[in-house]
Amino acid sequence: MSYLPQILFAIALIAGIGYFTRNVKKLIRNIKLGKDIDVSDNTSLRWKNMSMIALGQSKMVKRPIAGILHIIVYLGFVIINIEVLEIIIDGLTGKHRIFSSLGSIYGFLIGTFEILAVLVLITVIIFWLRRNVIKLKRFLSSEMKGWPKSDGNIILYFEVVLMCLFLTMNATDLKFQAMDSGNIISQFIAPWFSNLPESTLHLIERTTWWLHILGILVFLNYLYFSKHLHILLAFPNTYYGKLTPKGQFNNLEAVTKEVKMMMDPNIDPFAAAPEGAEDAVPEKFGASDVQDLSWVNLLNAYTCTECGRCTSECPANQTGKKLSPRKIMMDTRDRLEEVGKNIDANNGEFKDDGKQLLGDYITNEELWACTSCNACVEACPVSIDPLNIIMQMRQYLVMEQSAAPTELNNMMTNIENNGAPWPYNQMDRLNWKNE
Amino acid sequence: MSEQLNVPTMAEYMTQGKQPEVLFWVGCAGSFDDRAKKITKAFVRLLNKANVEFAVLGTEESCTGDPAKRSGNEFLFQMQAVTNIEVLNAYEIKTIVTACPHCFNTIKNEYPGLGGNYNVMHHTQFLKNLLNDGRLTVEGGQFKGKRITFHDPCYLGRANDVYEAPRDLIRKLDAELVEMKSCKSRGLCCGAGGAQMFKEPEKGNKDVNVERTEQALETKPEIIAAGCPFCNTMMTDGVKAKERESDIEVMDIAELIANAQDL
Ligand code: SF4
Ligand code: SF4
Repeated sequence: MSYLPQILFAIALIAGIGYFTRNVKKLIRNIKLGKDIDVSDNTSLRWKNMSMIALGQSKMVKRPIAGILHIIVYLGFVIINIEVLEIIIDGLTGKHRIFSSLGSIYGFLIGTFEILAVLVLITVIIFWLRRNVIKLKRFLSSEMKGWPKSDGNIILYFEVVLMCLFLTMNATDLKFQAMDSGNIISQFIAPWFSNLPESTLHLIERTTWWLHILGILVFLNYLYFSKHLHILLAFPNTYYGKLTPKGQFNNLEAVTKEVKMMMDPNIDPFAAAPEGAEDAVPEKFGASDVQDLSWVNLLNAYTCTECGRCTSECPANQTGKKLSPRKIMMDTRDRLEEVGKNIDANNGEFKDDGKQLLGDYITNEELWACTSCNACVEACPVSIDPLNIIMQMRQYLVMEQSAAPTELNNMMTNIENNGAPWPYNQMDRLNWKNE
Repeated sequence: MSEQLNVPTMAEYMTQGKQPEVLFWVGCAGSFDDRAKKITKAFVRLLNKANVEFAVLGTEESCTGDPAKRSGNEFLFQMQAVTNIEVLNAYEIKTIVTACPHCFNTIKNEYPGLGGNYNVMHHTQFLKNLLNDGRLTVEGGQFKGKRITFHDPCYLGRANDVYEAPRDLIRKLDAELVEMKSCKSRGLCCGAGGAQMFKEPEKGNKDVNVERTEQALETKPEIIAAGCPFCNTMMTDGVKAKERESDIEVMDIAELIANAQDL
């Protein structure tokens, strides 16, 4: 009979972690739907970027207020979770505060957690005010209606509840209060409960303990459905972030091959294709759906925190155009989720659903509004590259569909015919010298 | 008006069996656009003055392919790139300077993967080197104490992290360099990049160049300095749209330096 709580605890733990693992597997499968690209270079620089940008939050503080608040919540979140380790060991062994034998170190740790819990509470309230009362512009765009808006708030409520549970748990724990070490904050909460009988206090303490750990397990499983995946994915994402100069766009290899063939006078265009080449599927240029993007693009989409820093720096968006780099990322994730569900429903095979990223999610108008200025890439605190997706979709529009705006087609015809985007003769290129 | 500019071509160097110290990549805007041609000539005057042995490709130069690539036409880009690289490699070019950040970015970053490896400099970097080496001197002259704000071209700044060379040159003029509230890595685009220069903008409530010009006007400048022929056009149009062309000039850094020298 006395083992019942431990058994229940083990079941909750296994269920929570099990469901989480299942979703992580799905996440990895979905990301792998993207095309492979080689990002195995420069590992030392990549580790450095990850530790600076994800762990050190170096890009967050570019906007000091949000940046510092975010660091408080982030540190609070990470450090307070050390406590979860104790809860898990206690839960499985039936012990109570197993680490308390550490004495003063324990007091120091719990004291730190309590202070952080209060700081997190205050910060979360400020965050809530920024989203709901001050109404910062970047949280109000059209792509932030509905679920993305609720998602942003739900996580804040989660934090409030978890922090309150943690503090109440400590305040109603008579043994812990009796130790009088580490109860920096909870000693002031304890008197609120002081006229309750000991058995009631114990009940409250047990209830908050259970709700706290169950809440954490629910939180863990909420991540997959939320922009809060970034607390995990920011790490791989900053690791795999772009290392070359921002202005450098990769050269499509498939095109290079064809161009070489066209330019090489020694290759007979009518010769039989080399062994094995004839049944190769002709390469599709650019991207019209998530499977055409690289897996790093897809990892980017899952990592996006929907903070809107990119969109608020975007010249097109600032001047009222439809383009929003944040929406590009959110659309990519939504479509990827849709494709993932399709695969789940069809025994692991994707069945054509008559939809794609281009057109059904992202319109041509958005794509053509981009100036390729890289402001979004610069602004992103977790090294996401929305511009790369935009460019791949433009490639599809131009090379597969010849769907560029007329003026751009004229410009390209000029380049093709006279080596300049305007209709001037290449032979006149040096005329300026004598004008 | 015909002035004496010394602009040798690579072909001429070749017939003399000589190699210039640097190739000046003029670019399409610099070759054909009336406003940009003035920048080209100002830069050439500085090169002449500093006795730099440079050459241009002249009629052998062709578009780098940047606007095609940014439009999504990778084929056309690579055709242009491969053609240009063939010419550059045949002349055994090692060092290239250009006054266009788009050419600069493309040749520096995207040509190496297609077989074109050169040391590529933006003209502001090149001019700074000339000054540092004492080959060119500059005195404040007519720009002394003038309020000048610098608009960062996206393809020079964010794209390639070159922020200081143009600013150092402005400081050399004894001018008062005033920064816009979004500058350097947070500089707002002029609206021309990504081939926008060649098309009408999408529907919105303002043109990007007007927005950027307003930011520049907030600094109460006498001169808006640019380092890109396309930014120059966009900002000039912006200043016109704000009806300030009578008291504010948009000038390239090369023009500032050349004018300070009375060239
Ligand atoms: S690169 Fe394109 S999407 Fe990104 S900020 Fe610039 S215009 Fe906006
Ligand atoms: S792409 Fe980056 S900057 Fe933009 S919303 Fe997502 S996380 Fe924020």
